[in-house]
Amino acid sequence: MSRKVLIVLLVLVIAALAVAACGGKQTPAPTEEAAATQPPAATEQTAAQPTEKPAEQPAAQEGEGTLATVKARGKIICGVNQAVPGFGFLQPDGSFAGFDIDFCKALSAAVFGSPDKVEYRPLNAKQRFTALQSGEIDVLIRNTTWTLTRDTELGANFAPTTFYDGQGIMVRKDSGIKTLEDLQGASICVSSGTTTELNLADQMAARGIEYTPVVFETADETTGAYLDGRCDAYTTDKSGLVARQSMFPNPEEHMILDETLSKEPLGPVVRHGDDQWFDIVKWMVFATFQAEESGVTSQNVDEMKNSDVPTIRKLLGVEGDMGQKLGLDNAWAYNIIKQVGNYAEIYDRNLGPDTVFNLPRGMNSSWKDGGLLYSPPFR
Amino acid sequence: MTTLTPTKDVLPPPTERSTVLGWMKKNLFGSIGDSILTILGGAFLVWMIYTLIVWITTKAEWAVVTDNLQLFMKGQYPADADWRLWFLLFLLAVIVGLMWGIAIKRPTGAGWTLLIVPIVLAAWLFTLERSSWWRLLVIDVLAIIGYLLGKRYPSKLSRITYLLALLYMPIVILIVRGFGEDGFLFYVPTNLWGGLLLSLLLAIFAIVFSFPIGVLLALGRQSKLPAVKGLSVLYIELIRGVPLITLLFMGQLMLPLFLPAGITIDRVLRAIVAMIMFAAAYMAENVRGGLQSIPKGQYEAADAIGLSGWQKMVFIILPQALRAVIPVLVGQFIGLFKDTTLVALLGLLDLLGIARGVLANPNYIGRQLEVFTFIGLIYWVFSYGMSYGSQRLEAVLGVGER
Repeated sequence: MSRKVLIVLLVLVIAALAVAACGGKQTPAPTEEAAATQPPAATEQTAAQPTEKPAEQPAAQEGEGTLATVKARGKIICGVNQAVPGFGFLQPDGSFAGFDIDFCKALSAAVFGSPDKVEYRPLNAKQRFTALQSGEIDVLIRNTTWTLTRDTELGANFAPTTFYDGQGIMVRKDSGIKTLEDLQGASICVSSGTTTELNLADQMAARGIEYTPVVFETADETTGAYLDGRCDAYTTDKSGLVARQSMFPNPEEHMILDETLSKEPLGPVVRHGDDQWFDIVKWMVFATFQAEESGVTSQNVDEMKNSDVPTIRKLLGVEGDMGQKLGLDNAWAYNIIKQVGNYAEIYDRNLGPDTVFNLPRGMNSSWKDGGLLYSPPFR
Repeated sequence: MTTLTPTKDVLPPPTERSTVLGWMKKNLFGSIGDSILTILGGAFLVWMIYTLIVWITTKAEWAVVTDNLQLFMKGQYPADADWRLWFLLFLLAVIVGLMWGIAIKRPTGAGWTLLIVPIVLAAWLFTLERSSWWRLLVIDVLAIIGYLLGKRYPSKLSRITYLLALLYMPIVILIVRGFGEDGFLFYVPTNLWGGLLLSLLLAIFAIVFSFPIGVLLALGRQSKLPAVKGLSVLYIELIRGVPLITLLFMGQLMLPLFLPAGITIDRVLRAIVAMIMFAAAYMAENVRGGLQSIPKGQYEAADAIGLSGWQKMVFIILPQALRAVIPVLVGQFIGLFKDTTLVALLGLLDLLGIARGVLANPNYIGRQLEVFTFIGLIYWVFSYGMSYGSQRLEAVLGVGER
């Protein structure tokens, strides 16, 4: 009986796969890459599906890639995290806010001239790359670390890093732990499915330190467990540690070890195979860098249009056709700066001194101030 | 009267008169061991309740709940479409009132409780100075009007009432979703549905649709036709062998990879379908338990009076079988309602998803206890409501007494 069932099951699965594969397209051999790079199917009832869109040739990008789909749909679908303090969260009126969210808005400003043409799609850590590959989202801006594996195997293209982070470890001051070596035999709270978990394992293995990982699904649970004393240490990106520490009941009882376990460059991600869309996301980020470097802010952007500096004139679309080269309006960067702000404004609004986090800029300063933010020239 | 009754010589029945003290002495302090346990347990209970009350009244900061109340209730559903949700609540109140008047005909304890809940909520909302508190009272007024009307004209109103009740779910979907670009009932995409609204819609849909499918599958499993039986068994065992979260992930992540470009299925719909599929398989097994508890004589009797196969099922077997499994079915419904929280892992903003988003707001960081207590209370109220409703239903239908 069970054997029969298995056979029937097998036949059914194969049939289903065949139907799904053949019904999908007329082009030969739909490989996984083809599926991953096909233009995202416009969501639900947005109607007005351009019927010529799914031509299935990843090469034929002109006018048929993500940009065209996004424009036909009238909004960008942005994969985000709705539960990272400072980076993405829900406000009482139901709108999303945060550092990552602001970059979704900047992209919308660049493409549509308005920051509100975004549909935010909250995703969890395990789900995000599949959602990107399957075309459910147009861009992933969800504190995602740029790694070689993700850049290649997962079919992702990483736009410039918007936030340089590194993994750190927090311990209680009275625990007597001062260095990584002191963590021998300790239990460490960590969130699952993140690079943090892997890094910890790698670094500790390299140093021959035995430890017990205590794994949780969300950052809230992880900090909660650490505060409850279920682990001796808590590890996540240093920015996260600082932010969390500022909200602990007794912040002075905890300290962050000096060692940095990893490099965590976080930035927007797009699918392989659509260079034009990749360029747009890339230069959207660069525009916020360049605006800070050139001193253009949302306040003075209109006056700056009269500036004599060629870089600023090109950035703001007064001169040249930078926007058209990207397939956008020439005022694309002007819209970003006017409606969302330059990098410093975005940073300060979400993480800066006026927020509870009060994170020092550190590596996330303009290269002129000794940081790592460096935009290629706008010319 | 001087007649002696013969009972005079008979010993009186043993007095089972129980005073509070007597009961306590018998049950709580019957032996030294019992006494110690009672004192320890009592002390623990008092300490726990005391701590809880102290926390709720002094330490907890409820601003996170009151500020985000709208978000918890309806997620990102647009404010200028709020009236639709209120309208649906009003309609529900009228329907329940009418049905109460037609079928139950008298106010019972449960009825009063149902009426008191909106009043309590309205009082609470009033202290928050919100503008919508009076609408909760309208719910009561409408329910009472419905009740009186239903009691007065049961025969005239019963048909339209049951029609309304049947049509209520389609009406809900039509109104919540809307259609057209703008205007009166503008379209609200499902990604804006959230909070309690989404949780309830998911649960109700899963329950309403999985039930008939489950019954059909259960009947299919009993069928003598090998193809029907085989497919039913295959479906039930296949789905029951997979965790719900896997089905949800398949729907959210695998399905888009298989679908041809240009065709997408709504995200919420995919979650609902996965939940229906899952629930139907379990439902089928529960119903099968009921079917197998029916004595063979019932089948034979139905055959003997010349009922067709369908008539036999619909009039004889199913009513008895379903009545027998009400507790199990309701248990499953409650489980299903709580299982809707799994969609939070898929990024849908149900009650739990909203809670996580709110907790990430820098203004409310560290308020986990308050938020989770609040949504836990909501889940409890609905789950207990279902449980209580099923107990009443069992009592009315006389489960276990016939």
